[in-house]
Amino acid sequence: MKYVDEFRDPALIRKTADEIARLIERDRHYRIMEVCGGHTFSIYRFGLQRLLPENIELVHGPGCPVCVLPMGRMDDGLAIAARPEVIFTAFGDVMRVPGRRGTPLEMRAKGADVRMVYSPLDALKLAMENPDRQIVFFAVGFETTAPSTALTLLRARSLNVDNFSVFCNHVLILPAIRAILDSPDMRIDGFIGPGHVSTVIGARPYEFIAREYGKPVVISGFEPLDLLQSILMLIKQLNQGRAEVENQYARVVPWDGNRPALRALAEVFAVRPFFEWRGLGFISQSALRLRDEFAAWDAEARFSVPGVRVTDPKAAQCGEVLKGVLPPNRCKLFGRECTPEHPVGALMVSSEGACAAYYHYVHAMVTAGD
Amino acid sequence: MCLAIPGQIVRLLDDEGQYAVVDVSGVRRTINIGLLREDGVKPDDWVLIHVGFAMSKISGEQAMDQLRLLEMLGEASVALEEVSGYDFAERAESTNDRQARSAERSE
Repeated sequence: MKYVDEFRDPALIRKTADEIARLIERDRHYRIMEVCGGHTFSIYRFGLQRLLPENIELVHGPGCPVCVLPMGRMDDGLAIAARPEVIFTAFGDVMRVPGRRGTPLEMRAKGADVRMVYSPLDALKLAMENPDRQIVFFAVGFETTAPSTALTLLRARSLNVDNFSVFCNHVLILPAIRAILDSPDMRIDGFIGPGHVSTVIGARPYEFIAREYGKPVVISGFEPLDLLQSILMLIKQLNQGRAEVENQYARVVPWDGNRPALRALAEVFAVRPFFEWRGLGFISQSALRLRDEFAAWDAEARFSVPGVRVTDPKAAQCGEVLKGVLPPNRCKLFGRECTPEHPVGALMVSSEGACAAYYHYVHAMVTAGD
Repeated sequence: MCLAIPGQIVRLLDDEGQYAVVDVSGVRRTINIGLLREDGVKPDDWVLIHVGFAMSKISGEQAMDQLRLLEMLGEASVALEEVSGYDFAERAESTNDRQARSAERSE
C-alpha cells in the first residue's frame, strides 16, 4: 500500500500532548488502563508513553484474546485436533500458542490435520468440501469476533452442514473489566475503552464503570492522535472529578452498538456461568457457549474433551502482567526463556500481547525518544 | 486481530444480502455483510472488515486514515494477506451473480 509513513496531523498531536502536560496535576499519579490489545500494540508501536508526562502510567489490560486463554483450553482443543477424523481450524494467532504438548503448528508437524483460516466462513467451506471429515473451528475473540462465529453457525444450520462444529472460547470484555475493578491489587483511575469491541456492544454498556465504580471511560480509536485525545479526555474528567463514558471513536462506534450483531449473538450463544481467564482466574458470566439449540455444532458436546486445568509455568508471571500489576520486562522470564521465537506464555505470542509488543518496540521507543 | 481492514464495496452478491465483493488495495475478495444489513450497504461504500465480515460503514476519508494506520503499524501486509486468504467466495457467489458478471463482460 502506498500511504505515507508518518503520523496524521503531527501539529495536532503535539498540541494535544502539550495540553495533557499542561493539565496534569503535578503531585498526582494517573493510572490509565487501555483494555484492548490493539491499543497496547499501537501505544508501543508509536512509543506514545514518551509523549506523556511521567506521572501518567499506561497499564495494559486483558484485551488480547489468545493471551487470556488458559492453557487447559488449548489442551482441550488440541485433544480434538489429534483425532484422525478431524480437521482443526483456527486463526493464525492461535497457531503458535503453546499447550502442554506443544502448539497447533507443532501438532501439525506431528501429523495432525491443522489448518489456519482467516475467517470462520473458510472453516465452514472446508466442511462442505470435506463431507467425510469433521471440521472443528477453534473460536477465540471478544465481542468483535463472536458475531462472525454466530453468523457462521447460523449459516451452518441453514445449510445443514453437520460435519462442522465450533470449540467456543469467546469471552466478554465487561465481566473482565469488572473483575479488574473488584481486584484488591488493582488501582486504575480510568479506562481507555476498546474500539472495535464497542462497534458491536456500543458505548452504553460501560456506564456501570462510571456509575458503580466512579471511574471514567473513554472509548478510543487506534491512531496516535485518537489515543492522545482519549487520554486528554480522561485527564479532564479525573481533574474535574467527573466519571462518565465518553466516545472519542464516535465516527465508528454507535452508542447502542450493532443491532444485527447483538441479535446474532443472542440467538446463537448463552453466557457460561463462569470461565477461567489466564491471570485473572475464574470470572462469572464472562464467556459464551453455544445455546442448546446449536448443540449439534458444539465441539464440546460432539467430542469428549478432557476438560483439563493447567497452571501456568511457575516462573512465568503472565497473570501479574495481564492485570497490569507488573510491566512485561519485570517478569523473570522476559527476554530470556520467553521470547517471541520461543514463547512460554501467550502474551509473548500475539502481536497484541503486552510482552510481544514490549519486546518488539520498547527498544525502538527508547532510541526514538530523543 | 483487533485491527480492522478498510475495503470498498465493488458489488453486492445476490445471496440474501449476505455477501459482497470488496476491494482492499487492489485485492478483490468476497466478504459477508450480514452485520450491516440495517446500514444499507451499496457499491462504492467503505467498510471495516474483520475476519471476513464487514463490521462498520465508514467514510472514504476514514478508510484512507485506517489504511495509513495499518501501514504505520507495519500491519498493512498482514491485512492484505488476511484479505487474500478469505476463501469462502465460490460458495457465496450465486448463479445470479455469475450471470451478472458475464453480462458485465459482454457489455
